[in-house]
Amino acid sequence: MSIYVLQSFLDGVLMGGIYALAALGLSLIFGVLKITNFAHGAMMAVGMYTVYALAVGLGIGPYAALPLAVVFMFAIGFGVQRFLINSIDHAPAHNQLLLTLGIAYILENVLLMIFTPNYRTLTVEGFEKAIHIGPLTVAPAKLIMFGVVLVITAGVYILLYQTRVGRSIRASAQDEEGARLMGIHVRRIRAAAFGLGAVCTGIAGGLLTPVMSIYPTLGESFQLKCFVIAVLGGMGNLWGAFVSGLLIGVIESLSGYWLGGTWSEMLIYGAFILILLVRPTGIFGRGNRREN
Amino acid sequence: MLLLAVAVIFPLLSDRYLLSVGISVLLMAALGQSWNLMSGYAGQFSFGHAAFFGVGAYTSSILYVDFGVSPWIGMAAGMAAAALLGVGIGFLSFRYRLRGDFFALVTLAFAEILRVLFNNSEMLKGAGGVLIPYRDVWQEFQFGDDRIFYFILLAMVIGFTALIGVISRRKLGICLVAMKESQSVAQSLGVPVLAYKLTAMAVSGAMAAMAGTFYAQYYGFIDPGVVFAATISVEAIVPCIIGGAGTLGGPLLGALIIVPLQELSNSLFEDVHGLNMVIYGLLIVVFVMFCRDGIYGTAIKRMRGVET
Repeated sequence: MSIYVLQSFLDGVLMGGIYALAALGLSLIFGVLKITNFAHGAMMAVGMYTVYALAVGLGIGPYAALPLAVVFMFAIGFGVQRFLINSIDHAPAHNQLLLTLGIAYILENVLLMIFTPNYRTLTVEGFEKAIHIGPLTVAPAKLIMFGVVLVITAGVYILLYQTRVGRSIRASAQDEEGARLMGIHVRRIRAAAFGLGAVCTGIAGGLLTPVMSIYPTLGESFQLKCFVIAVLGGMGNLWGAFVSGLLIGVIESLSGYWLGGTWSEMLIYGAFILILLVRPTGIFGRGNRREN
Repeated sequence: MLLLAVAVIFPLLSDRYLLSVGISVLLMAALGQSWNLMSGYAGQFSFGHAAFFGVGAYTSSILYVDFGVSPWIGMAAGMAAAALLGVGIGFLSFRYRLRGDFFALVTLAFAEILRVLFNNSEMLKGAGGVLIPYRDVWQEFQFGDDRIFYFILLAMVIGFTALIGVISRRKLGICLVAMKESQSVAQSLGVPVLAYKLTAMAVSGAMAAMAGTFYAQYYGFIDPGVVFAATISVEAIVPCIIGGAGTLGGPLLGALIIVPLQELSNSLFEDVHGLNMVIYGLLIVVFVMFCRDGIYGTAIKRMRGVET
């Protein structure tokens, strides 16, 4: 195998980690709230700028800013669900979709107002030099990025499967009415789930800040990709979303190498339509499909 | 009636700038009516109306520039192509029982695929787009006087509205609404669900394509990043949300509110990038949360004494 293929594969996996984390958040929000979140890309951009602002404003560097960003993103997600989306709970499904679209416009353009449309780059001292692993090259920031993705994913997993709150979230996802009867404060739990989803996508964005130049509409380009990945993995299937994220990262990188970037995009969207039509529960077959 | 009178007199009294605002209002109203038929009446929530708009714009433009076909004929060809696309998407999603948000995602993906395809195919002019050479000849859908463009578009919007008005009073329209409420019940009562759905999608697609050709001829330039953009799809939805989806006057009223509001915020806060889009977003949020039927829809309900 040529060394370029190997290098593409590595780049694909690392970028796939970002996709995986963001799509995990999208799938979680869909699984619990049955909402197709069109503000996901915008929330990712909020994460990017939160890390940027904290790193530059407090001079603490992007990685020390991450824990603060977690808190901030959770607050935003919690608030959006608690005060906006919850109040139209029983409206037709597409109303919630539209609401998230409106929120996306607001978030993205508030960023535009504060930070202007200029590209911004954050360089971290001591991390500029690429390191060599055998014949492969990789930026240290990307390795840290992937490491943090794994840590956050593990954290989400533990939260969902090992804690009381997590059990409540999963219970609300399965049967809202039943959860309520068992004394679960469903509204608050739903807000927590949205907050958790916002943390996933926000941190995915924040991790990109030291890796690429950011601008307010950058999140948009991840929006559709997150849909593709979450549907591929089965909407609501978190494990599926994570694996699909890595998969799409690798497919994108390799097909970009072999076919050129644009055809790889066509390939991915084509596959997306095919899966939506033929296998809407995703390739792992455990996601829940929404009726109406 | 009063509105119609104002719409007819308006271009005679306004300057170039106001006229261009009027055309923007009408263009949004035309797109809105197209979306209204497919999604407001027939309940198939489209998030990819840019696909039809772009197909219309590109069909007439490429036929005109490369083959010298008059855009009037090109417009008809574009409408046919978009109708076919609508039937294609409709058939696939019906065949695979796609509903709700997943249908929206499929339409979105179609628009994106077309955008990427047109962006990268040399045959389809690539990312550079198409420049329509200017000749002041009516046979070629070009006019030196913008007021003629205005009246053509006005006629288009009136035509769309009248067509939807007729459809909504006939069996087709009533069945569409019934299908929106419950497809299985409608089907069990013998409504040919598939045929009606496809009809709605074909007509809706053709309407958006017509608007697309108009856009190309009026602005004289199109590229994939503009005509296939998600913003076009959103522009088809928003007037319906503000005015009221599934009502005849909703999209018209919606467009009449949004466009001037955007122009106003653009000129008042010229230096603040993004503020007008924040207002756009706020409008969507406020109407979805507090006025789900839109202004026109709510007014109708009130007048008929239905509890909201």
